[in-house]
Amino acid sequence: MTLLELKGVSKSFGTGSSKIDVLSDINLKVEDGEFLAIVGFSGSGKTTLINLINGLLFPDEGEVLLHGKPVTGPGPDRGVIFQNYSLLPWLSVYSNIKLAVDEVFPKLSKKEREQHIRKYIEMVNLTPAIDKKPLELSGGMRQRVSVARALAMNPEILLMDEPLSALDALTRGTLQEEIIKIWSVDKKTAVLITNDVDEGILMADRIVPLTPGPNATMGPEFKVGFERPRDVTEINQDPVYKRLRNDILEYLMDVGATRRQVSDRKYILPDIQPVMPGRIRFGRKRKEEQVKYF
Amino acid sequence: MKSKTIKTLRLLGLGFIEPLIRLIGGEEQQKNLRLFFKQALLPLISILLFILIWHGGARALYNSEASARIEKARVEQGEAAAKEMESCIASGDISCQPNTLPSPVQVYHAYIALWKDHLEISRKKEEFRDKVAETNEQRAEQGLSEITYTGRPSFLDQIGTSLKTVAAGFLLAMFIAVPIGIIIGLSDSLRTSFNWLIQIFKPVSPVVWLLLVFMVVKTMITDPSMDKSFIISFISVGLCAMWATLVNTSMGVSNVDKDYINVAKVLKLNIGQNIFKIILPASLPLIFTGLRITVSVAWMVLIAIELLAQSPGLGSFVWEEFQNGANDSNAKIIVAMFVIGIIGFLLDRIMLSVQSFMTFNKTTA
Repeated sequence: MTLLELKGVSKSFGTGSSKIDVLSDINLKVEDGEFLAIVGFSGSGKTTLINLINGLLFPDEGEVLLHGKPVTGPGPDRGVIFQNYSLLPWLSVYSNIKLAVDEVFPKLSKKEREQHIRKYIEMVNLTPAIDKKPLELSGGMRQRVSVARALAMNPEILLMDEPLSALDALTRGTLQEEIIKIWSVDKKTAVLITNDVDEGILMADRIVPLTPGPNATMGPEFKVGFERPRDVTEINQDPVYKRLRNDILEYLMDVGATRRQVSDRKYILPDIQPVMPGRIRFGRKRKEEQVKYF
Repeated sequence: MKSKTIKTLRLLGLGFIEPLIRLIGGEEQQKNLRLFFKQALLPLISILLFILIWHGGARALYNSEASARIEKARVEQGEAAAKEMESCIASGDISCQPNTLPSPVQVYHAYIALWKDHLEISRKKEEFRDKVAETNEQRAEQGLSEITYTGRPSFLDQIGTSLKTVAAGFLLAMFIAVPIGIIIGLSDSLRTSFNWLIQIFKPVSPVVWLLLVFMVVKTMITDPSMDKSFIISFISVGLCAMWATLVNTSMGVSNVDKDYINVAKVLKLNIGQNIFKIILPASLPLIFTGLRITVSVAWMVLIAIELLAQSPGLGSFVWEEFQNGANDSNAKIIVAMFVIGIIGFLLDRIMLSVQSFMTFNKTTA
């Protein structure tokens, strides 16, 4: 069953000569319970795409359909994990999640809500840091809070906007596994946006590349057929994995190479001469010693 | 214990004592000695230098005024009068002292005199209270108001009145500026429509505000038992000082991080929750910066306003001393100047501590 559908979606920003067509003619179907990854270069409009799906932005042309009905705005049925965490810095971990839970489950009793919040904090292994403020946490921990907040809303579809791109490789690896583990419990529909092909292959059922912008659109889809649970080291040695990875990369490189230069403007860099220590003299400067900035 | 003390000191804005505490604890002696020298001794040296220059300057002014007096006596009344004037000045007699910038020592004496004056007045008040205690009880039974001391207020009483006026003015400014700032900040069109008014009213001088408030209050309050001058001065202080908070609040509210707004949108918070759970906490740092400016502006304009409104307080103290022209009036004015400066500094520090305590981005900690 198709849960989410994008039909001929285009989006541009600005007007007149400064108008930039970010996305054009995007067609995409996301099945119920599917884990889809969208990979693309930075600047190709990935965040715009996710904002169109979650309702923070509206398409210029085409439509975004959820359950066959057009999206009219953001809502807690689509849980978003933002790229920069978007936690409220004046609230503790618990209160950040409580804000979302109070909003989505107003009918639950106080005690039930507290249990619900604690369950999700436990799920992302943050119980020891439950009363900390986001600024006191590491990047990985902050993103876990963000994951817990999105999951605690019990959304129909989980949207992840480069959730791990700001993290170091080790933390990223652990969090990838954790997100997959949590996801596999109830197999929610998930859309992951990433610039890391490996991440896509490890986590998703299907990968769709986004061509570089402007006028970014969807490339051909690649099915990822590995059995779950997937093991990183096992997959890494699999020839199928290598071929798949090469195919996707090659496709992205090809479209990337044909991306024509948008502007002919030349940037003249300042002609800066290094000043050796001890050579600065006060008073009148001799002509050859004058430092040129431009 | 030590780290706790240091934390408290930092919160109070007394961070310059920190190296001394670390030094006593025997921590990195060389580094802390240097830090202590830089943060505590250098300012102290500069203060001493300032007093020295002041002393020298006062001395020079005193001498030039003295010789001018002697010269005047010689020209107008002849040599004998000049001699008499010279010996009179040398003897330190009050009647012929040159009246000029007081020296630090004179200011210190004036400070002591003011303090003694305060003790004297407090004693008198106490006596008065004892004397009328019985009568007051009877009056209370009859439903009449108490007899209160109506003598001259002491310098400390004046400080208290000034602080009261500033506090009232500050609260007025806060209760006007913060809500209006939030409303203006929320709507683009409101902001542009009010912007002109704000820009025009912001630089208006305190004196003009005072006259404006006077015009309104004079007609509105007819009850003679109300303290009109206090009402006028605190409203003027509030009106002068509220602009910084108004501008900062509206800026803070309109520039809330887009990420937080997105969170509110995804959660579908209603407008009330949006304001109290997202926008207000996010703009608190800027609101508090505005309030801090408001406090210092309020304290600064207060003196001028009290001076004009004839409301009791430091401003009228300064003005009365100036009109008084007694021998130590000038020195008392300088004492008032330092008191005003130090209280202003302390108020700013208090606001800074409140600000760092209330807001989430702990840059100072």
